[in-house]
Amino acid sequence: MKYMLIMRATDEGVEAYSEVPFEQVIEAMGKYNESMMKAGVLLAGEGLTDAAEGFVVDFSAEKPLVTDGPYGETKELFNGFWIIEVSSREEAAEWASRAPLGKGAFLEVRRVTEFSDFPEDNEWIQKEEGWREEQAQRAQQ
Amino acid sequence: MTPSAGTAAAHPSDRRSAERAVAAVWRIESAKIVATLTRMVGDFGFAEDLAQEALVDALRQWPSEGVPRNAAAWLTAVAKRKAIDSWRRRERLDDRIAVLAHDLEQEQADAVDATPWDPDAIDDDVLRLIFISCHPVLSREAQVALTLRVVGGLSSEEIARAFLVPTATVQQRIVRAKKTLAAANVPFEVPPREEQPARLGAILGVLYLIFNEGHTASAGSDWMRPELSDEAIRLTRGLAALMPRERDVHSLLALMELTAARFPARVDSKGDPVLLADQDRRRWDRDRITRGRAALARADALGGGRGAYGLQAAIAECHAVAASVDETDWERIVVLYEALGRIAPSPVVELNRAAAVAMSTGPTAALTIIDKLAESGALRGYHLLPATRGELLLRLGRAEEARSEFAVAANLAGNDRERALLAAKAADR
Repeated sequence: MKYMLIMRATDEGVEAYSEVPFEQVIEAMGKYNESMMKAGVLLAGEGLTDAAEGFVVDFSAEKPLVTDGPYGETKELFNGFWIIEVSSREEAAEWASRAPLGKGAFLEVRRVTEFSDFPEDNEWIQKEEGWREEQAQRAQQ
Repeated sequence: MTPSAGTAAAHPSDRRSAERAVAAVWRIESAKIVATLTRMVGDFGFAEDLAQEALVDALRQWPSEGVPRNAAAWLTAVAKRKAIDSWRRRERLDDRIAVLAHDLEQEQADAVDATPWDPDAIDDDVLRLIFISCHPVLSREAQVALTLRVVGGLSSEEIARAFLVPTATVQQRIVRAKKTLAAANVPFEVPPREEQPARLGAILGVLYLIFNEGHTASAGSDWMRPELSDEAIRLTRGLAALMPRERDVHSLLALMELTAARFPARVDSKGDPVLLADQDRRRWDRDRITRGRAALARADALGGGRGAYGLQAAIAECHAVAASVDETDWERIVVLYEALGRIAPSPVVELNRAAAVAMSTGPTAALTIIDKLAESGALRGYHLLPATRGELLLRLGRAEEARSEFAVAANLAGNDRERALLAAKAADR
């Protein structure tokens, strides 16, 4: 089963983290990623740039509205993620708790859906499978 | 963070959850712990016993006390103490007791985050552990059991369940394997250069066998036991990280990912097998295909051409990128099987080549290959020979002969679901 570890931090967390020397952050993250690679569980992982570079698409109005923010009620910003493949919820929790993060940081751990999570005979599920395949084929060309 | 970080604290009342938390730590750490202990006590069998005893202590204590912050250090320290006790009991008062005791004192003085092993040596030690678990003095069954338990961190119960044998059988295999290694005085080492290709080949053979047992269960009522295949992929990924320059490790990983990509389409909602031609390709796992192709590209980039695993991965890739059976590049698959047949000749490869020839040239040409195979007697008793012959005869309009081939195949199949599928074809009118 696959889990996504979603990295989030409060403003204080981000601030505290920015005081740690960049080299140190890179090294700690590198070691963590390497340990998951050697354990054969790491499938993907990315960090995100500063939220100021991003923007928000708001669907509250009739027409989706693109704004620079603010990020509504969200007090914890989404800063990056890992996707790991493990054999149990507990194993995902164990890996998550080893992340080199500090005060003000959170990891939300969510299981990635699989085909078996959906009813097989649903028309939309079948259509989505078709879309996914087309996309993948296009990506390979 | 509290001293009892992790899941045990989240569900203090749920003992099963706590046990799974212990198992999770063990899966992550067992190889490093056993490797470290083997280096310290100089005896793989003794080290494995110590590690297992430490695990028993963890299973007794952690569910009530919580998982310690540095679980690996806890387990290693407990095992070291047990080593000292054992030596004292046997009045083996050698220098190692003093060394271990000093280690333990030192670690207690160190910060709680200190790793219980030398970070520069641990990768090599884990490699040594993999080599010793797949040592040629051991039977294939013993290699599989040791690799899953020591390197993969599975319990004997889990291994027994996966291979449908009694737990006692797995335990016996492990006990005997440790005795064999001791009797043969097998050193804890990465083999010298000249022996490495053969020794690495043995490791890859064990991993591939575990993978295959997961997806073509040779006996029993389940068509697939994907957790075994997942375990093999996890171990192979880890080996690829430890030996990034070894072409065949990446090739095998590619083969496994590309094969596993088809798993979601291999059984229908009733759990019955679906043959490649009838699979709903929309259900194939595109992420696995991407990872498999990337691994094959890594293997190719290392140079030296494709070996047997690389060629099989390339065949799996041909299927993975084809939108349908008709749009599959069957000529390329035939060429790949011919190459495979030259470097790793086997009747099973020949049988698969025949199936590809049937698609690229036609059933008559394929039947000639199959008949030659049948005459040689090499695949006597293998259900896929009559099953394939039956399919070819069916395509040639020789339905009666086809049915009798399917009936023969059904009698030979070891897997219940596969047998049912073949029996249905034998009865089809």
